Amino acid sequence: MSEPRSDSIPALDAGRSGASGVRSGLSRWLAGGATHALLLGGGLIMVLPFLWMVTTSLKPMKLAYGPPYLFPTHFVWRNYQVAWRSAPFARFYLNSFIMAVGITTAQLLFSSLAAYAFARLRFPGRNALFLLFLGTMMVPFHVTVLPQYLIVHWLGWVDTYQALIVPRMVSAFGIFLMRQYYLTIPTDLDEAALMDGASRLGVWWRIILPLSQPALAALAIFSFLFAWNDFLWPLVATNDPQMRTIQLGLAMFQGRYGTQWTYLMAGTVTATIPAIAVFLLGQKRFIEGITLTGLKG
Amino acid sequence: MSAQIQTQARQVKSWRRSDVWSALVCLLPAGLIFGVFNIFPILYSGYLSLLRWDGLSASRAFVGLANYAQLLRSHELWNSLAVTLYYMAGVTLLSLAAGLAVALALNRGIRGLAFYRALYFTPVITSSVAAAIVWRYLFDPGAGLVNLSLRAAGVPAPGWLASTTWAMPAVILVGVWKRLGFNMVIYLAGLQGIPREYYEAAEVDGAGAWARFRRITVPLLAPITALLAIMSVIDAFLVFDQVFAMTGDALGAPMGSTDVIGLLLYRYAFRYFKIGTASAVGWIVFAVVFVATLLQWKLSNIGVAEQA
Repeated sequence: MSEPRSDSIPALDAGRSGASGVRSGLSRWLAGGATHALLLGGGLIMVLPFLWMVTTSLKPMKLAYGPPYLFPTHFVWRNYQVAWRSAPFARFYLNSFIMAVGITTAQLLFSSLAAYAFARLRFPGRNALFLLFLGTMMVPFHVTVLPQYLIVHWLGWVDTYQALIVPRMVSAFGIFLMRQYYLTIPTDLDEAALMDGASRLGVWWRIILPLSQPALAALAIFSFLFAWNDFLWPLVATNDPQMRTIQLGLAMFQGRYGTQWTYLMAGTVTATIPAIAVFLLGQKRFIEGITLTGLKG
Repeated sequence: MSAQIQTQARQVKSWRRSDVWSALVCLLPAGLIFGVFNIFPILYSGYLSLLRWDGLSASRAFVGLANYAQLLRSHELWNSLAVTLYYMAGVTLLSLAAGLAVALALNRGIRGLAFYRALYFTPVITSSVAAAIVWRYLFDPGAGLVNLSLRAAGVPAPGWLASTTWAMPAVILVGVWKRLGFNMVIYLAGLQGIPREYYEAAEVDGAGAWARFRRITVPLLAPITALLAIMSVIDAFLVFDQVFAMTGDALGAPMGSTDVIGLLLYRYAFRYFKIGTASAVGWIVFAVVFVATLLQWKLSNIGVAEQA
C-alpha cells in the first residue's frame, strides 16, 4: 500500500514491448490478471461498507449479531418501516431536497454570473476582487460559523429554509470553476454577438451559458452533493426537529438507536441513495469538474 | 477605412464603460452574499475573539488577548492540536500513497476504467454521517466485521472506538477510505499527462523499472502531490462531521483521544456558550491552516523549479 510497486508503473509495459520486442501473450495476460485482481480486491474493501449497509438493513435483528454473510438471504422490509415510523424521514428528505435544490439553483445563477465578470469584463480592481473571493476559500468554516449563526439569529432566520440556503447561494469554488471554464471559450463569439448589438448580460445568457453546459452540470452535481451531505451548518442553524435535514435526522436517529444495526442501516441506506444516484448519473461531468479545478488550481 | 476604425474604437470604449456597469450587476448578488456571510463574519469573528460573551446576554467584556492566552495555557487545546495533527498525518500520507497506487494500476490501459473509478470514488460522495454509522458497525468490538475477521485470522482484536489507543486509527481509516478516490482521480489525470517517450527514452538508456518510477513519475507528479497534500492537510485539519458522528458527540471520546479541534470549537461555541474562546479557537485554526498553505506552496514551487 505504501510503496507503489515497480511492476505497476504506467507506460512501462509499452516501453518495454517497444524496446525489446514482443512479450509473451501469457505473461501479459498474467500481469493484466494480477492488476485486475488487485484492483478488485481493493475495490471490494471500498464498497464493502455499502454492501454491508444494504444486507444488514434487510436482516432480521437476531442475525445482525450472528455469523456474517454478504448477500441478503432474508428480506425484512419491515426494518425500513420501523425506521421511517420512528423518525420523520419523509420530512428530513423534504427539508434536504428544498435546501439542496435551492442552493444548487442559486449557485448555477449567481456563481456563474460572478464568474462571467471575472472572465470577460474589464473593470477596475478586478484581480484584487477575484483574489478576495478566492482568499475566502482559504478561511476555514471554523472562523465564520459562529458569526454566521449570530447573523441568522439576528435576522430571525433560525429554523427557516432561508437560513439553510441563503449563506450557501454563492461559493468561491463555484466562481472559480465557472471562470476556469469560461476562459476556455474563444472570445470571438462574444465579439461577434457584441457587434450584432447584444449586451454583455445578453452574451452571458445566450452564448456563454449554453456553451458551458459541462461546467454547469459539474457545478450542479457539486452543489447538490455538498448540500445533501452538509452537516455542521444545518446542525447550527436549526433546532426544531421538523427543520432537520436528512444528515441531522440520521445522526439523531443514531443517537436513539445506538446499536440496533438493522434499523440504523435502513435509515442510512435511505439517507445515502439520493447522493449515490446523483453521482452515478453525473459521474463523467463530476470527474471532469474535479480535474479541471484540481489540476489548474 | 480610418472612419471605420474610429467607429470601432469608439465602440470598444463604450463597451469598456458599460463593462463596469455590467460587472456591477454580475457581482452584486455574489458580493452581497459574500459580504454578509463571509467577509463580515471573518472580521466580526476576530473582534469576538477579544470578548468575554455568552452570545445572548447584553454583558460583553473586552478582554484583549486573554482568550488566546487562556487557550494556549490549557491542556485541552494542545491535546486537540496533537490529535488533529495525528489525524491529518495519517489521512494525508495513507490516502496519497493509496491513491497513487490505484492510479498507477488504472493507468496501465486496463479495461473497465469507469467501473473501477466509480468503485473507488463512491466513498468520496457518501455523507460523513452515513459513513460513520456503517463503520461504527464494522468496527463494533463484538459483532463488527473487522473484529470477526481479525479473530478468524487469529489476530488480537482491539476495542476500536472504545479504546483510547485504537479510536483514532479507526477514525483515520475511515478518513482514508473517504479521501482515496479523490486523490486517485487527480493522480490519474496527472499520469495521463506524462509523455510515453520519457519512459521509452529511459528504457533505451537502460534505466530499470524502479529508476524510471523514481526519476520520471515521482518528479513529474510532484506539483500534483504538493497540491493534493495541501488540500488534504487543510481538509483533515478541519474535520468535524465524521468524528462527531463516529464518536457519538462533540466530546472526542474516549477520554479526548479523538478530540479534534473542530469538536473543541463546537463545544466552546454551542455547549459552553463561550463565544470569545470559540472564536479564538477558530483563529488559531486559521493561523495553522494559513501557515500550512504557505509552506506547502513554497515546497511545491521548489518542486516546479527543480523540474524546470
